[in-house]
Amino acid sequence: MRPTKIAEGIYSVGVIDWNIRDFHGYSTDRGSSYNAFLIIDEKIALIDTVKKEFADQLIKNICDIIDPKKIDYLISNHTEMDHSGSLPPVMRAIGENKPLYCSKMGLKNIQRHFPQKWNFHAVENGEELCLGNKTLQFIETKMLHWPDSMFSYLKEDKILFSSDAFGQHYAGYEIFNDQVGEAIMPHAKKYFANILLLYAPRILKLVDQIAELGLKFEMICPDHGVLWRNNPSEIIDAYVKWSRQEGEKKAVVVYDTMWHSTETMAEAISSSIAEEGVAACPINIRNSHRSDIVTAVLDAKAVIVGSPTLNNGLFPTVSDFLTYMKGLKPQNKIAAAFGSYGWSGEAVDLINKEFESMKLEILDPGLKIQYVPDNEAMDACFQFGKKIAKAVSR
Amino acid sequence: MDKYVCTLCGYVYDPAKGDPDNGIDPGTKFKDLPDDWQCPICGASKDDFEKQA
Ligand SMILES: [Fe+2]
Ligand SMILES: [Fe+2]
Ligand SMILES: [Zn+2]
Repeated sequence: MRPTKIAEGIYSVGVIDWNIRDFHGYSTDRGSSYNAFLIIDEKIALIDTVKKEFADQLIKNICDIIDPKKIDYLISNHTEMDHSGSLPPVMRAIGENKPLYCSKMGLKNIQRHFPQKWNFHAVENGEELCLGNKTLQFIETKMLHWPDSMFSYLKEDKILFSSDAFGQHYAGYEIFNDQVGEAIMPHAKKYFANILLLYAPRILKLVDQIAELGLKFEMICPDHGVLWRNNPSEIIDAYVKWSRQEGEKKAVVVYDTMWHSTETMAEAISSSIAEEGVAACPINIRNSHRSDIVTAVLDAKAVIVGSPTLNNGLFPTVSDFLTYMKGLKPQNKIAAAFGSYGWSGEAVDLINKEFESMKLEILDPGLKIQYVPDNEAMDACFQFGKKIAKAVSR
Repeated sequence: MDKYVCTLCGYVYDPAKGDPDNGIDPGTKFKDLPDDWQCPICGASKDDFEKQA
């Protein structure tokens, strides 16, 4: 895509990755973009680069506006390679001796990615860089979502360059949120669920800190997807809501199955939950990507997990899902396990062990059914669902 | 001496090693760290740490 002017003297010069479908294990059905921003004032700054395969496009976009040699500063908000991968060719294009601004952890981490001895400038939290009429202020945002992550805030224009925070994996010719409308929110939600959920306590602290500093935003520019121009507080409010994890009146029933027995249980449990007026959402792990499942879990009050017992253990896809969910540290959730088994039936206890280590509220010791559910077993599934619905509604 | 884990990033404070980059000598117990000491990896504060099991 060609560069776009987003405000006076400020250009979006990033690139679109239409074809990416797997972003380090996160399914990106709508592709993604790597945003970068050029600020032209008496001094010229480039904020972030792009994935290395797209370096030529980024440099061409810059050339459409100015000679890259005129860039005075490169600002690296985040070291992950989708934003730092093009540092070597970009530094060559702008001049290897130009100052490279980053956080203190950024300094350490960039040097762990690249051997070049660039002219690093590690900023203090709150440090400012005057570009002439415009001033950039740097705000450390450690672990949102890497130790090196920081925000750059353009004070006069009230524009926040927020790195990965508030991003969405979404490829499109739309530049701003109002051009996509409400349809952008599911992408923002999926991004939060998969990249930021585990740092929810830190996000809540940061939002308070922003309020204390009295920072106002006219626009929030993340490094992926559309820029939040229309009512940027909408995405901040959504982050606060998702971080609080209060949980809606909804239960997600995640399972895998071998001979449809655990599936039969899942559907009986789900329909019984739904009968009680609680949204129920059965998800067969093998038909859904783990990154979509955790997105469904994000705002659910209950996460119910079912696994057949295979070779005295968990079914492998269930282990995969539990490992992934555990890393994202969901909080304030009710949990319960179920599953069909042949002769030993360890799976339910193994799921409970995982729930325990995630500090979820285990509602019930779990429901084990041998082989194929009969009428009595089906009744047990319905009772199990009712108990879940009751707990979700309390 | 007990080790403490940062609940945000997983860094382990080992009193035997201290945190020399930030002026904490080896042998400093977790409870004797200054109140404004921060996790050297992620900047979490002392109350974000838990004793390692
Ligand atoms: Fe990142
Ligand atoms: Fe990123
Ligand atoms: Zn830490």
